[in-house]
Amino acid sequence: MKKNDWIVGEVAVSGRGFPQVSTRLNRADILGSLKARSGSSRMSYTVEPGLYAVGRPTPDSPVLVSANYKMSFDRLRKTLSGLDLWILVIDTKGINVWCAAGKGTFGTDELVARIAQVGLGDVVKGRSLILPQLGAPGVAAHEVLRRSGFEVVYGPVRAVDIPEFLRAGRKATPAMRAVRFGLWDRLILTPIELAGILKPALVLLGLLFVITWIRGGPAPFLVLLGRAGASFVPFLGAILAGVFFTPLLLPIIPGRAFAWKGWLLGMAWTLLYLALAARWQDWRTVLLYLLLLPPIASFLAMNFTGATTFTSLSGVVKEMKIALPVQVISAGLGILVLILTLGKAL
Amino acid sequence: MRQSYLKNVVTLDLDPEKCIGCGRCQEVCPHDVFALESGRAELRDRDACMECGACARNCPTEAVTVRAGVGCAYAIAIGLLRGTEPTCGE
Repeated sequence: MKKNDWIVGEVAVSGRGFPQVSTRLNRADILGSLKARSGSSRMSYTVEPGLYAVGRPTPDSPVLVSANYKMSFDRLRKTLSGLDLWILVIDTKGINVWCAAGKGTFGTDELVARIAQVGLGDVVKGRSLILPQLGAPGVAAHEVLRRSGFEVVYGPVRAVDIPEFLRAGRKATPAMRAVRFGLWDRLILTPIELAGILKPALVLLGLLFVITWIRGGPAPFLVLLGRAGASFVPFLGAILAGVFFTPLLLPIIPGRAFAWKGWLLGMAWTLLYLALAARWQDWRTVLLYLLLLPPIASFLAMNFTGATTFTSLSGVVKEMKIALPVQVISAGLGILVLILTLGKAL
Repeated sequence: MRQSYLKNVVTLDLDPEKCIGCGRCQEVCPHDVFALESGRAELRDRDACMECGACARNCPTEAVTVRAGVGCAYAIAIGLLRGTEPTCGE
């Protein structure tokens, strides 16, 4: 195991030593978080499972349970300064609590096995564990009690509320129990959405390059690139409408279905572009963009359902059943216009 | 700001006969769907349910049922292509 600079000491209990973790994040922790947010190292950002000490815990100190995704672990420990407690990190394959609970890796089996593996019963006197509330979809509290003898108490949704939760005698207020999805929560998710669309966007740009080349005949490379870039602008707007502006403006866009919200913004952008840049001059262009751009924004917006905190499986299935065929038909007709006009509609 | 999704679609169900009023569902629900009224759980706001399955998993008497899963279009599309349950990537 490589040396971790966030381990700052060791706490000994009944003849065994446990790594003591820092409650302050250093530059490497913050850089690591930024990298994971942007998508480069997201799947290998882990902490070794096991029992860790915060401050100088004793056998009477509380035990918190966490996933072994490093960003989750960091967010937890940085809120615990001045407290003495244990953190039991269970193996969720480097996935955060919520997603791992959905998959069952933050689950009853792993928790019970990890309690036995670290010998938790010999380290602490109490027989209760504080789990993040968002781990509940994967953990059956009554099963854990039956199989390990440890009682599960679900703590607050957000790590930042833990000190208050402990002070109140392990009681969470309704506000601590509720999942929020505010402007900042939505905004912080857009880089990963943008990173996901980068490759298809580059392919599209390449395609536009080839089309403008065939249509306009040979020209210096930079001229061709400039033309391709110009014809990419309407598409770029549709992409941004779907992956950036729909998440950003989510609560104020009328309607409920994400595909609809995305389509609305895509259509707004299309009309704006046709009015200001294309000036309604060529009916082929008007037809092409009206058919092709809104479904792109709609499709991308629909994909944002997975990043939110309030969409249900049944709901997304329902909206996809209606939206997906409409998106495919509309975009297909748009591509047909492009082909029939031999690319002149661009 | 409270954000709401489609109406009347979720599979959440509560059998008041089986409920023993332990309050676990209310404790684990991230969207405040349940209320405890005179020692029994009640569905206070069913449309707010995101089908995460926490309540059903933690109900000791199986009074709460829900088809749990991820409300993610991408996962559903992958599931459709592979002929499996909705799954996020990998």
